[in-house]
Amino acid sequence: MSTATAALAPRRWQRFSPWRRLARLAFTLFAVAAFVTSLRTIEVIPEFLYDAPDQLADLFGRMWPMDAGYIAPTLRALVETLHIATLGTLIAIGIAVPIGLLAARNVTPSLPLNLLAKFVFVTSRSVNSLVWALLFVAVFGPGPLAGTLAIALRSVGFTGKLFAEALEEANRGSIEALQATGAGRLSTLLLGYWPQVKPAFWSIALFRWDINIRESAVLGLVGAGGIGVALDTALNLLYWDQVAVVLAAIFGTVILAEIVVTTLRARAL
Amino acid sequence: MSAIAGRTSSGAARGVAFRPNWTARVGWALLALYAIYAASQLGFVPERLASGLGHGRQFLARMFPPNFSRWELIQSGIAESMQIAVIATVIGIAIALPLGFLAARNLMPPWVTWPMRALIALCRSFHPIIVAILFVKAIGFGALAGVMALIVASVGFIAKLFAEAIEEISLKQVEAVRATGAGFLSILIMGVQPQVLPRFIGFATYQLDSNLRNSTMVGIVGGGGIGATLFTAYQRFDYDVVLAILIVIVALIMVAEIVSGWARRVFQ
Repeated sequence: MSTATAALAPRRWQRFSPWRRLARLAFTLFAVAAFVTSLRTIEVIPEFLYDAPDQLADLFGRMWPMDAGYIAPTLRALVETLHIATLGTLIAIGIAVPIGLLAARNVTPSLPLNLLAKFVFVTSRSVNSLVWALLFVAVFGPGPLAGTLAIALRSVGFTGKLFAEALEEANRGSIEALQATGAGRLSTLLLGYWPQVKPAFWSIALFRWDINIRESAVLGLVGAGGIGVALDTALNLLYWDQVAVVLAAIFGTVILAEIVVTTLRARAL
Repeated sequence: MSAIAGRTSSGAARGVAFRPNWTARVGWALLALYAIYAASQLGFVPERLASGLGHGRQFLARMFPPNFSRWELIQSGIAESMQIAVIATVIGIAIALPLGFLAARNLMPPWVTWPMRALIALCRSFHPIIVAILFVKAIGFGALAGVMALIVASVGFIAKLFAEAIEEISLKQVEAVRATGAGFLSILIMGVQPQVLPRFIGFATYQLDSNLRNSTMVGIVGGGGIGATLFTAYQRFDYDVVLAILIVIVALIMVAEIVSGWARRVFQ
């Protein structure tokens, strides 16, 4: 029977099961439908588009030459931004490490505690750093204190989640060897887990620091300190030559931070 | 101890099993010193933290219960944020694919890849909110400025990762397709595409999530979406409306993460 059908109809080779194909088709259709409805319903004012080239030319005309007198205040604000990003990352790590230990299933064998820790991470990640900044400005008043706390709380979820995943991937062997010698919990953590997660830990910290430098540059738009305040002031006064100075400073810092992170990662890991 | 050390010359090196690492300890101490210095520079003083706790209680009291009475406003803002995110992701990907392909060093000569890589780095270096400010000036207030800003962000992210994904493909399959006499386009579709598609879906869904987060924020600088409503409510001290909007945003982002998780599994 089977030989007969095989002879009659040539066998068709397919890469995916029918279910898979259906699901893929459904997702593709869903994506196309979402795109088309969005395009048809979004409100765009076409009149604004006609003079866009003129406006762009005007923008760059006003930006150049840059206002050299604004360099000193910009650099002062830039140092504040670097402090916000670095201290925010450090605080985030300080909070994320203990919660990460609770979230890792092999370190803390208790499901309710794991879930609680994961819930903390999800809450921290799902609120944008600008929103965290708005909340902290309302509580602590405008200034870099609010910005630092915003950066810190936004980063807890990211660093903690990745740290917990690194802990869960740690090799059991050396930890069991330590426990067999009668090592306590602290010794097991410091001498068993830490050497194994150290490369991941530093790479997570550097990665987040790099992101935080970009993010802390905009916190000043809602009054949370740093170079964003200088940007906001210049924007509100329509001093585009000063805006250009701030943008150049941010660009230089981001590039420098990326170079620092790449070198440190290559040397340390 | 001295008896052990005296027995063999190599025994002296054994000593303690876990010898203290002094460079690491000094490093940690320096980091702690820096943290104290930076905290003093940024206004971390006890009085301020203490008064903040009092304000915080007042703030929370004004936030609860969340006020959904402006539901229509929230709904239209959220819808606009979703439109911005979807359009920016699709167009951003459409632009990023050729750019990422041109930036892949295993398929293109260096004089093509270097300018492309510089362009991609430029797209990545500014936060979407800052790009949105420039577009608001160029094309006016509204959703279009937000869309353009997020397109720039998407191009920077997707093109970089797509170029890296192409650089990691196996050239054997490409060669096999080429050996059948396939043209350039067929090589791309049959040789390169199947190898990069699963990772590509990963970036695309991740970027959609990221764009959704940012499209709720570009409104703060006039780029359309729920951000404008959020910021206005905040400036009018309507903290109960702020909380209502935040609840909707967080719910939207969580649903989006679940859906993109499904998409990644289906296209694996």
